[in-house]
Amino acid sequence: MPTVQDIEFKDAAARSAQAENLPDLQEERMVLNMGPSHPATHGVLRIVLELDGEIITKADPDIGYLHRGDEKIAENMTYTQFIPYTDRLDYLAPLANNVAYALAVEKLLGIHDKLPPRCQYIRVMCAELARISSHLLGLGAFAMDMGAVTVFLLIFTEREKIYNLAEAASGARFTTSYTRVGGLMRDIPPGWLDQCQKFCDEVIPALNDIETLLTRNRIWVDRIRNLAVITKQDAIDCGLSGPNLRGSGVEWDLRKKQPYLCYKDLEFEIPIGSVGDCYDRYMVRMEEMRQSVRILEQCIKKIPGGAENKTKEPVNYDNGKIFLPPKEKVMTKMEELIHQFMLVTEGMNCPPGEIYFGHENPKGELGFYINSKGGGVPYRLKIRAPSFVNLSIISKLFQGCMISDTVAILGSLDFVMGECDR
Amino acid sequence: MTSPEAAQKLKAKFGDLISELPEFRGESSVALADAEKIAEVCVYAKRDLDFNYLVDITSLDNYGDDPRWTVIYHLRGLNHGCELRIKTNVSEEKSVLPSVISVWATANWHEREIYDMMGIHFAGHPDLRRILMWDGYPYFPLRKDFPLAGKESELPGIAFSRPSPMAGGPFVTVAGGNSAQAREPRIRIPETDSLETMGRLERRKEIQEAHGHPKGPGPIEKNS
Repeated sequence: MPTVQDIEFKDAAARSAQAENLPDLQEERMVLNMGPSHPATHGVLRIVLELDGEIITKADPDIGYLHRGDEKIAENMTYTQFIPYTDRLDYLAPLANNVAYALAVEKLLGIHDKLPPRCQYIRVMCAELARISSHLLGLGAFAMDMGAVTVFLLIFTEREKIYNLAEAASGARFTTSYTRVGGLMRDIPPGWLDQCQKFCDEVIPALNDIETLLTRNRIWVDRIRNLAVITKQDAIDCGLSGPNLRGSGVEWDLRKKQPYLCYKDLEFEIPIGSVGDCYDRYMVRMEEMRQSVRILEQCIKKIPGGAENKTKEPVNYDNGKIFLPPKEKVMTKMEELIHQFMLVTEGMNCPPGEIYFGHENPKGELGFYINSKGGGVPYRLKIRAPSFVNLSIISKLFQGCMISDTVAILGSLDFVMGECDR
Repeated sequence: MTSPEAAQKLKAKFGDLISELPEFRGESSVALADAEKIAEVCVYAKRDLDFNYLVDITSLDNYGDDPRWTVIYHLRGLNHGCELRIKTNVSEEKSVLPSVISVWATANWHEREIYDMMGIHFAGHPDLRRILMWDGYPYFPLRKDFPLAGKESELPGIAFSRPSPMAGGPFVTVAGGNSAQAREPRIRIPETDSLETMGRLERRKEIQEAHGHPKGPGPIEKNS
């Protein structure tokens, strides 16, 4: 292909005479600032792209625009007080964050495997609803960035039902704060399970609709097949987790490998990809949603106490030193009054020690490292955010890609900045 | 292999440097006496014990104690499913330990975060600059002597880690800079504007130097 110099100076002698004076156009790089408020960066991610024409030669992600200092805040309040802050980590799946945090503190207390079965089932259902909700939005935003706007409308119809379920259970649609250390804010209301079953029945046809729109869509497939391939080795080396890791063919799911709650009693499969491209990550998420529905349906059948809880199955860990006693007892009994007072003013008395608990969140492994010196306040609480780690690979992935591929890659990685920046 | 066995193997290899900590809630931890050896230990853990996945690196401020810092590595082997925690102490005067990027690439951002939040340096890190806070921020907010309410700091005129590509151009709003009238591109005087930008860059450099901030990468050179 002729270069600009070839065209401008047809004569070879004139070209060489001019060559020294000309700026080297071949070498010139353009720096393009993408974000922090760019529709495809799903929040406030800024990426400084160095371009050679349309090819990205260097990408430098700049994060921290949503940094709120959650870890510092956690060091200054009791364990229970921090629960609302976990809603705001991955704000597309607050229920899952609540479950993860509660389990981490319970591990520190040593009661994570002594939770009442009804509580475990409700928590699993919360986590799976959150997974469907998060994957749906991730998928809808991904497809919309690629120009397939219809999917975005379809997924919001379904997500609305999940919000209704969250509202019925916790009273809030987004900032649920549903779990407590040792249990739940309250039991699920009567009729919730039927509503959940109805959602399960409706979401599968919706997923089928989405699949008919995308999975064999020529434009969609051509656009994301073989794009941004992450090899198995790279995925492990860069610490990816969740669907991004499984999309690269690594069969690692904490629900199977380190089962918590009642996951070992439930049947589900872990979908994995074979190539590790954007299409595989899309397919893994699609299948995970179907598996989540499968888990939900099993939970609805197996939950102890059933919909109305007529057998009065306990929902909370029964220990006044950890979980708030029922209000009617607080008002009438001395011991419960003292427990309530101590829990509210000082928090539960955690043993000194350190734990790490990793939870399979929709975006990947959400881990909490808690270092306790005893008492009701953590000495150090570190949040291992999946989006933070998953994003660290993009400077590597972007190199050599076209600039229009950035939106596809970011969509397929499915991150949330609230969690990344903490 | 189980996690305690992995801890014993580490101890057998490195002898007195490694001491096993009591198991808590089924998690195995070891303490490494000499932080300088952390890269070696990690290489051994990855190559020979197959800990191919680094979950996390965390730091701890033992304020009032000596050594002040503890850096904590969470290792996992995806093939055998074991987890191991390696803890090592670093004194405040030193505040530096070897980077483990060459072992696991994911350490890059974790180490940058620790540097950003605690001010611990990692020798051999190719790109150790702030990640969550902005470049030029003078404090390390996760230290125990940093108050929850924060400290006042002079905001650098350019609230980005590097000048943005269009900095100095007519359509760029400068943080904390001119009034709306002065920002109006149609009445802009390019000569004085560029002087102002330079002044802010100088001031940022001053703030950084006053707080012993290591020299970050300079502004991107414009191709001319």
